[in-house]
Amino acid sequence: MSNQWPLWEIFIRSKQGLDHKHAGSLHAADAEMAIENARDVYTRRMEGVSIWVVESKHIHASNPDEAASFYDPANDKVYRHPTFYDLPDELKHM
Amino acid sequence: MSVQDLEKIFQDKIDADIRIEPKDWMPDAYRKTLVRQMSQHAHSEIVGMLPEANWITRAPTLRRKATLIAKVQDEAGHGLYLYSATETLGTGRDELLEQLHTGKAKYSSIFNYPTLTWADMGAIGWLVDGAAIMNQVPLCRASYGPYARAMVRICKEESFHQRQGFEILLTLSRGSEAQRRMCQDAINRWWWPSVMMFGPNDDASPNSAQSMQWKIKRFSNDELRQKFVDVSAEQVKILGMTLPDPDLVWNEDKQHYDFGAIDWDEFWNVIKGNGPCNKERLEARVKAHEDGAWVREAAMAYAEKVSRNSVKKEIA
Repeated sequence: MSNQWPLWEIFIRSKQGLDHKHAGSLHAADAEMAIENARDVYTRRMEGVSIWVVESKHIHASNPDEAASFYDPANDKVYRHPTFYDLPDELKHM
Repeated sequence: MSVQDLEKIFQDKIDADIRIEPKDWMPDAYRKTLVRQMSQHAHSEIVGMLPEANWITRAPTLRRKATLIAKVQDEAGHGLYLYSATETLGTGRDELLEQLHTGKAKYSSIFNYPTLTWADMGAIGWLVDGAAIMNQVPLCRASYGPYARAMVRICKEESFHQRQGFEILLTLSRGSEAQRRMCQDAINRWWWPSVMMFGPNDDASPNSAQSMQWKIKRFSNDELRQKFVDVSAEQVKILGMTLPDPDLVWNEDKQHYDFGAIDWDEFWNVIKGNGPCNKERLEARVKAHEDGAWVREAAMAYAEKVSRNSVKKEIA
């Protein structure tokens, strides 16, 4: 039986108004410890104003090996971009 | 800490342009206003798919059809961003949908008008999305973080919507006499409802001042409306068409266009449920939700079965 503490994924909001971004991971016995350790590891230079922790086992990820087929549906849809539409230069504010 | 202290901290943050996040203390009225505005916005994205979906199967070319599908897909996505952002305020998805389906929550009145011809797809993109963008760009700086961030994504994706609409009208405007008539007719029918999208005049909009103080709103209804009229009055010249307003005239002193009186009776009448398509739109939403019930149940039943099996395996 392993005594390894569970792994946690750490998300940091660097500034009010921005998203939480993935910063890295660490081991901790519970969520409270994970938050405190994340503070010590990832915000020593005031890099954050808010921390989220999620146990790594709760993260489900897409499979990089399948990226080609997985993202294929968006490959040929240039018409989702504004530059696809041909409009006169004198048209302003659009 | 007293409520007065909390309110002061809250308003100080807003005044300093510091975003409010879900776990921060906020006044009940702020939360309520946001839930109302954001869910109304989400409902508008979802109901807004219906008038356009009406033309997907009849789009004149494959290019137009692919574009229209992409646009309607975006609107579904925008509805989801906004529902999720609203849920951070503590109101669940079920409750939000219930409010839409029972008519307790509103959506933008513009979607209660019918789409009679292909040119309507152009007029909606140009005018309706144009008016929406005018409203939405300042919302990217709204004081509530999750709302502002959802709006940034939406505005980024929205930029093709207006351009594709204008391109449709431009093509019609260079076409046959019948196509030009169709183009003008669509502009005539969509212009005033689009002008009304900005809501009542400032003196008849009692909640605006509070929303401005909370920085949920950054500009008044009339300011945004004026901007929309100014921009559209110039753009319509490129189409060689006219806006259906005999009082529309450039005012050199004000450096703005003057425009005619808005028929507010029509506006309130449509909001009250008496527009041409209110009943049809709501019925379509409720039907889609009810017809989809078995899919939601089946997905849940499958997830439960898989998780039961994996527990069994672990025990074995």
